Amino acid sequence: MRNMFAEVLYDLAREDERIHIVVADISPAGSMAKFRDEFPHRFINVGVAEQSMIGICAGLALKGMRPFAYTIATFSLYRPFEMVRDDLCYQNLPVTVVGIGGGVIYSTLGGTHYAQEDIAVAGAIPNMSIIAPCDPAEAKMATHYVAKRAGGGPIYLRFGKAGEPNLTQKDSEPFEFGKLRYLRRGSDVCVLSYGVIMKMAAEIADGFAASGKSVSLVSCHTLKPLDREGISDVLRRHKQVIVIEEHAPQGGLAPQTKQIAWDIGAKCRIDCFTLKDEFVHCYGSHDDILAAHGLSAETILQATM
Amino acid sequence: MDQPTLWNYFDASLARRRCVKYRRRILDVSQHVSALHIAPAFSCLEIVDCIYHELMRPAGTGQSIDSFLMSKGHGCMAQYAILEDIGVLPQGELDRYCTAKGLLGAHPDYGCPGIEAATGALGHGLAMALGMAIAERNLTRKGAPVPVIYTVLSDGEMQEGSTWEALMMASSLGVSNIVAVIDNNDFQSLGRTSETHPTFYPLGEKLAAFGWEVAEINGHDAEALHNCVRMREGRKPFVVVAKTVKGKGVQFMENVPIWHYRSPNPEEYRLALANLMEVSS
Repeated sequence: MRNMFAEVLYDLAREDERIHIVVADISPAGSMAKFRDEFPHRFINVGVAEQSMIGICAGLALKGMRPFAYTIATFSLYRPFEMVRDDLCYQNLPVTVVGIGGGVIYSTLGGTHYAQEDIAVAGAIPNMSIIAPCDPAEAKMATHYVAKRAGGGPIYLRFGKAGEPNLTQKDSEPFEFGKLRYLRRGSDVCVLSYGVIMKMAAEIADGFAASGKSVSLVSCHTLKPLDREGISDVLRRHKQVIVIEEHAPQGGLAPQTKQIAWDIGAKCRIDCFTLKDEFVHCYGSHDDILAAHGLSAETILQATM
Repeated sequence: MDQPTLWNYFDASLARRRCVKYRRRILDVSQHVSALHIAPAFSCLEIVDCIYHELMRPAGTGQSIDSFLMSKGHGCMAQYAILEDIGVLPQGELDRYCTAKGLLGAHPDYGCPGIEAATGALGHGLAMALGMAIAERNLTRKGAPVPVIYTVLSDGEMQEGSTWEALMMASSLGVSNIVAVIDNNDFQSLGRTSETHPTFYPLGEKLAAFGWEVAEINGHDAEALHNCVRMREGRKPFVVVAKTVKGKGVQFMENVPIWHYRSPNPEEYRLALANLMEVSS
């Protein structure tokens, strides 16, 4: 996902001199290195100094630039939180804060590197938008949108890391900011998710399909502003809606979906699966950490079928 | 940097008269509100006056190719009085200060006339100024003058780690079109900084060690500020440690902590006005 981002940004930066990347000591692999070598004045490495990363981005944007702050999610959002809030959101500047490794994907690095409440934290700030693509193909379209949009305020762009499989197909619906994206359409069950855990959501959808159900699989890539209308439609058109998210139980997609369901008096069954409101002290694969939070395709299928 | 031949004649007595006028204006505004940051504004008034009137290079009506960012946002009454005087703030706007009908609050807000960035939380301004300086450098076409970003920081703000990140970054990134002035009045809420945090000083050596060109002056001597900025070598980012007196210009407010954020009552106001003439004339 992050390689796709760097590739797209490098291509766009050749035509748009406003694009700047401000990184906090993250290794510039692939196209990021090309960007640095070709546009050294527009590639700024602040070192391990995330507060100034965000402040510098704000200053660049105040003078008409389109900066991207880029580092691991916990360090792009939590460490410089007040700078994100005051410098970017309060001033409503077109700065993209890229968070690599959203959720618990850095599964061997421990709790200090888990951005497991980032959607709630970013989403609580006025003017902030949030996009969390589910695969490299969606990340490509999201990066295009973010870099080419005419105006607008700050965006938190939550990525996985590298090497995620493409779940969406060439003929999938196009990415549209603020709109749900159907990866499959059905009428019985809808699996609603976003980000890297979409892979697990797809397995759930497969499980239901194998049992003869007509299944929708939906990427809710834009967490803010949330597509309330689209989610209302999902809740009205399906008998069962399953929300799966790699995020704390508060402030993410799951509670907001339930809120919308209450508001519209939805009749469908709703099952929500999120990370626990806990720090887990264990290591292993990404799937191991998700399992420690109670998230696996088997347990979810067992609980919902 | 500017050539010596381009130096403007610095009219010190005119600058002093302007500053008396601004202090009077700030005292007038104080009578409409229960609280405002008088002493922090008086502390940096000569500095901000000098930046606007003598250092920022004009480019059309009320415009400048350079920018000013008030990192110590609580000193913004100084900025407001000047912006009103030079016609950037609409007449009467300052009379609506901190009211529901007005634009201006106790900290500068981005989007208000003449305000280039929202500040108020300390430790944000220098990094933003640095980003602006990098943008200006990248935007400047060959041969054109590079816009300078001026910013005023409080000495208390120098305790924020983020300020030191930005200090380290500016010199490491080779940014030289930034001029920071530290309003070093030695006062914080809990007392004199030199007593509560003695290792905070000396500041100048620390800043030089962080790769900045440093000057140390009396912050109420606008001519000294003007000269040191104009005479800077300009190969590094430039910082001025300006020794100031909090509440400068009204004797009974000088170095008295309550005037950080309090309006004088009518009697104190009259006394302040009388005192102001005496001190500054």
